[in-house]
Amino acid sequence: MAAEESYPDDLRYHPEHDWARVEGDEAVLGITWFAQDALGELVHFEAPEAGSTLRKDASYAEVESVKAVSDVIAPLSGEVLEVNQKVVDEPETVNEDPYGEGWLVRIRLGDAGEADALLDVGAYKAHVAEQ
Amino acid sequence: MSATLRQTPLHDAHVALGARMVPFAGWDMPVQYEGVIPEHLAVRTRAGAFDVSHMGQLHVDGPAAQAFLESVLSNDVDRVDDGGAQYTLLTNETGGIVDDLIVYRLSHGCFLLVVNAGNREVAYDWLKEREPRGVEVRDASEEYALVAVQGPSSLELLGLDEAPAFTHAMGEVAGVETMICRTGYTGEKGVELLCPAEDGVTLWNAVLDRGVAPCGLGARDTLRLEVCYPLHGNDITQETDAISAGLGWVCALDTEFTGADALRRVKEDGPERRLAAFVMEEKAIPRQGMAIAGGGEVTSGTHSPSLDVGIGMGYVPSASATADTELEIDVRGKPRRARVVAKPIYKKETH
Repeated sequence: MAAEESYPDDLRYHPEHDWARVEGDEAVLGITWFAQDALGELVHFEAPEAGSTLRKDASYAEVESVKAVSDVIAPLSGEVLEVNQKVVDEPETVNEDPYGEGWLVRIRLGDAGEADALLDVGAYKAHVAEQ
Repeated sequence: MSATLRQTPLHDAHVALGARMVPFAGWDMPVQYEGVIPEHLAVRTRAGAFDVSHMGQLHVDGPAAQAFLESVLSNDVDRVDDGGAQYTLLTNETGGIVDDLIVYRLSHGCFLLVVNAGNREVAYDWLKEREPRGVEVRDASEEYALVAVQGPSSLELLGLDEAPAFTHAMGEVAGVETMICRTGYTGEKGVELLCPAEDGVTLWNAVLDRGVAPCGLGARDTLRLEVCYPLHGNDITQETDAISAGLGWVCALDTEFTGADALRRVKEDGPERRLAAFVMEEKAIPRQGMAIAGGGEVTSGTHSPSLDVGIGMGYVPSASATADTELEIDVRGKPRRARVVAKPIYKKETH
């Protein structure tokens, strides 16, 4: 079942509807509830390869529903340490739990200062309200 | 949203149900309610209802109506009796497909053509320009609502008896007098119910009250592609001929109709390319417009909810159109393997 709309307080957000959970010099990335709801049930996650480099504001992966393909924008720069294989195997995990089991990649941060430029939950909610 | 989008008689009912509305062929239509996948599976396992009131209804009447239709449609209209229906093509001089449609014979000299929403004006103009003395072509699309109810439980839920495919009769469904057509676009048992526009909401609500799931155009597309029903504008167009599209079975090539000569030539020479169905061998979803290595193009592609794999159709060189041929599809710059399969892609008895 699809998750209820929510935007956790402890995440940083990118206006392209991506989130980052910064943990020391690493971060876990995913797409927000709003993004998965707009797409519908995901049926494919075209993941980056471990070791590849993410550039903030550039596409690093694709997610697809039955009807549409969407680029996934990197909220932060860094190197991919791990891809969530569960989402590769069962993309609908993102719809069920976008901030937990449905995370997409874990990265080593390239520039720790970048996170300051992201939106906090209040600013992101305001951004969603305008969509 | 454009203010110029047309609305079917059921529009407000869709919005009230929480449907996600999208523009389609100039209409504001529901693409999904609960979700494309659950709606698709509802039709495959039980029953789903689709508002297809955006489709066009053209009446062709008069003493010369049958002869006229025989001259412009590819299939043998003369084999259709009162109460019968037939899938057929409106063809141009080069054998291209102006529209694909179902012709219903209402009575002697009275025919109803149900045409694609996006081709309603084109088909009407095409027929009107060629309308001979003794025939009247009339666009009656605004007068009707059309609800498709499809799925293995559809007849039972509506309290209808079985009847042969491609027949129709007047009858009552939930108190609404409607034309009950044994036709559809999903590969499942079912009916299409054509009723006066003002009765559409009553009929729609009554159908849903029987436990039929409301379904949007998203599921309609995945259902039809699994069973390889072509979509005009994608798989068949004025530039694609019926033989290459695999629709030779609806062309009575021993008769004369617009484009028959051209189609006979294509059949005799063998088409250079054919519309093939394929299944992805790697995790990837083919989409319309993607290139197929060796000179082909995807015309329809999606994720198959029944098979849980990427599927599609596309034109490929005839030599590559046979089952088990390996294809390579350019999925946004990445080559992905696919395999040609016999149509339909989804075969009911094997699932």
